[in-house]
Amino acid sequence: MDSLLRVEQVTKVFGRRSERALKMLAQGFGKDEILRETGATVGVHSASFTVNRGEIFVIMGLSGSGKSTLIRCINRLIEPSAGRVFLGDQDVTAADERALREIRRRRMSMVFQRFALFPHLNVAENVAYGLRVRGVPPSERRRRAMEILERVGLARWADAPIQRLSGGMQQRVGLGRAIVTDPEILLMDEPFSALDPLIRRDMQDELLRLQSDLKKTIVFITHDLDEALKLGDRVAVMKDGVIHQIGAPEEILQEPATDYVAEFVRGVSPQHVLTARHIMQTPGALVKVKDGPRVALREMEAEGLSSAFVVDEAGRLVGLVLADDAVRAISEGRRNLREIAVKDSPRVAPDTLMDDLLPIAAEARYPIAVVDDDGRLLGIIARVHVLSGLVAHRREPADGRKPGEGA
Amino acid sequence: MVNAWFRIPLGPWIDAATGVLVVNLRGVFRSISDWIGVVLGAVEGVLRGAPFWLVLLVVSLLAWKVAGRGPGLFAGAGLLFIAGIGLWDRAMITLALVLTATLVSMILGIPLGILAARSRTLDAVLRPVLDVMQTMPSFVYLIPALMLFGIGRVPGVIATVVFAMPPAIRLTNLGIRQVPRDVVEAARAFGATPSQLLFGVQLPLALPTIMAGVNQTILLSLSMVVIAAMIGAGGLGGVVLTAIQRVQIGTGFEGGIAIVILAIVLDRITQALARNRRGRNDS
Repeated sequence: MDSLLRVEQVTKVFGRRSERALKMLAQGFGKDEILRETGATVGVHSASFTVNRGEIFVIMGLSGSGKSTLIRCINRLIEPSAGRVFLGDQDVTAADERALREIRRRRMSMVFQRFALFPHLNVAENVAYGLRVRGVPPSERRRRAMEILERVGLARWADAPIQRLSGGMQQRVGLGRAIVTDPEILLMDEPFSALDPLIRRDMQDELLRLQSDLKKTIVFITHDLDEALKLGDRVAVMKDGVIHQIGAPEEILQEPATDYVAEFVRGVSPQHVLTARHIMQTPGALVKVKDGPRVALREMEAEGLSSAFVVDEAGRLVGLVLADDAVRAISEGRRNLREIAVKDSPRVAPDTLMDDLLPIAAEARYPIAVVDDDGRLLGIIARVHVLSGLVAHRREPADGRKPGEGA
Repeated sequence: MVNAWFRIPLGPWIDAATGVLVVNLRGVFRSISDWIGVVLGAVEGVLRGAPFWLVLLVVSLLAWKVAGRGPGLFAGAGLLFIAGIGLWDRAMITLALVLTATLVSMILGIPLGILAARSRTLDAVLRPVLDVMQTMPSFVYLIPALMLFGIGRVPGVIATVVFAMPPAIRLTNLGIRQVPRDVVEAARAFGATPSQLLFGVQLPLALPTIMAGVNQTILLSLSMVVIAAMIGAGGLGGVVLTAIQRVQIGTGFEGGIAIVILAIVLDRITQALARNRRGRNDS
């Protein structure tokens, strides 16, 4: 995957004697000693990570962990004391005022915890703000704002003052304001923390839905582990200004790198937070309808499997061809995979929780297909993965099912 | 006796400093005086030159439109009353002085307030200066104003500005500082330039507070009217002053009531302006 954002050794020290504090940091002194010696506070210490194009990268930490400081170092709302930030090939940390403004206007945008909407502007004007500072003429601004409002379901509120909107709706405006400029990166600073739990769930789903259309690159801050695991393609766990671990949600859960992370994720049952999206894999044997049974059989042979998924030209799942059926079709001279494919193999949406996958996996005779709303095949889940994933986290003895049996 | 051996010659120092100012900066004071004279002349020309019924009608309609029916009717009746007690022309002189002083206070005070909101140093320097400007007994301003600018309406305006400007500065400063931090941060995050931030976000959001400052400036200006009359500003203040010197109770009250009527009309209009802005934000 190609990387879009590279954060290298970013450090932020607050206070007057930050130079001296930086030196002490380099010598390996701790946060508390530095505070005592210099009166300077270490916000972020040597944070490095890379965000790939199109992924949701979550930075998770409790309050005071430095996560909000870190995300502000990316667009330099807070000036990093040391380290570099690259957006593509451009060194953001080296940009002058004007270049930085251009980056903020076109390439990065931000969503805020307390929404931070402009109270003197109406909904559409708020959404269009980024276009306004860029000098886009009013009629064009309005048109683009309306498109975005349509997208986030607020079109009929376009001319309302923002004070009339509920929290969830206000944050949709905040989200709209961030995507209207079509930036490459969205920086989201605890965007759903101020919302009540039910609305928060909706907004998370909405974000995933938007993301599947827009394919933006997102850096998402949260203090909520469930949210981190639900949204993150990868998660960075932060404490006291230091990143403790970066990994996919299941890695964080299954192989915590430090005691802190282990402590943090203890008691989290993966089946409550992990979804099909997290554990699905690219299908081993995959053929197109027009390929015919011979190709299907060869695929299965190459992959060492006894079945292959069949998709149409648009990538929509047609069904599953079994090796036996393929052999029979060849001997009978039939060529159409659509006829011989098993069509009732289990299918799930990508946001299906492991909890809900379990009964499906227990019943299923074939691998589970993960498909999106349009029926496109996104990945597959072998039964064994659901079951073994579960067993790995069971503290009480596993129940009667044998994890060994699978697809 | 303390005074026998411990005496700081502050008075003589200030005399000397003022003397130096008068001699060396005569040109500067002359041109300030000229500019204010031009503005005051224009405002006075309009108010006194126009027929009284026209001014009355315009002010009443303005009050009606901005503040509502009650204040509109009050303005009409009040101004008619002033005309009825024969003080119309004097009232217009005073109104011109107050409006000019307010205008000058805004032109100087609002930018100063904006700068003070951006710079902690300027804020720290300005704060005690404003305290002094407001707490110093206003009579004291008359002396240097007299020396530097002479006698007449213009020095009256200047003394009034010194006394009435602080709220314009303070409340502009406060209004801008009160703009929520995350809103300012959002504007910056979307690439607003400093001037886009100021004119597009900070000033509009600070406007109700700034208008409250303007309201206070107007009322403080009115409270200076009698004092300004002591250096020849004339108008309603002159009426009251003469009444004091000749112990004419009736005349004194005529002048006083006219001032009160002007104050109420101006207060209702400017308060309503501040409120309307706020109302639009909150609804």
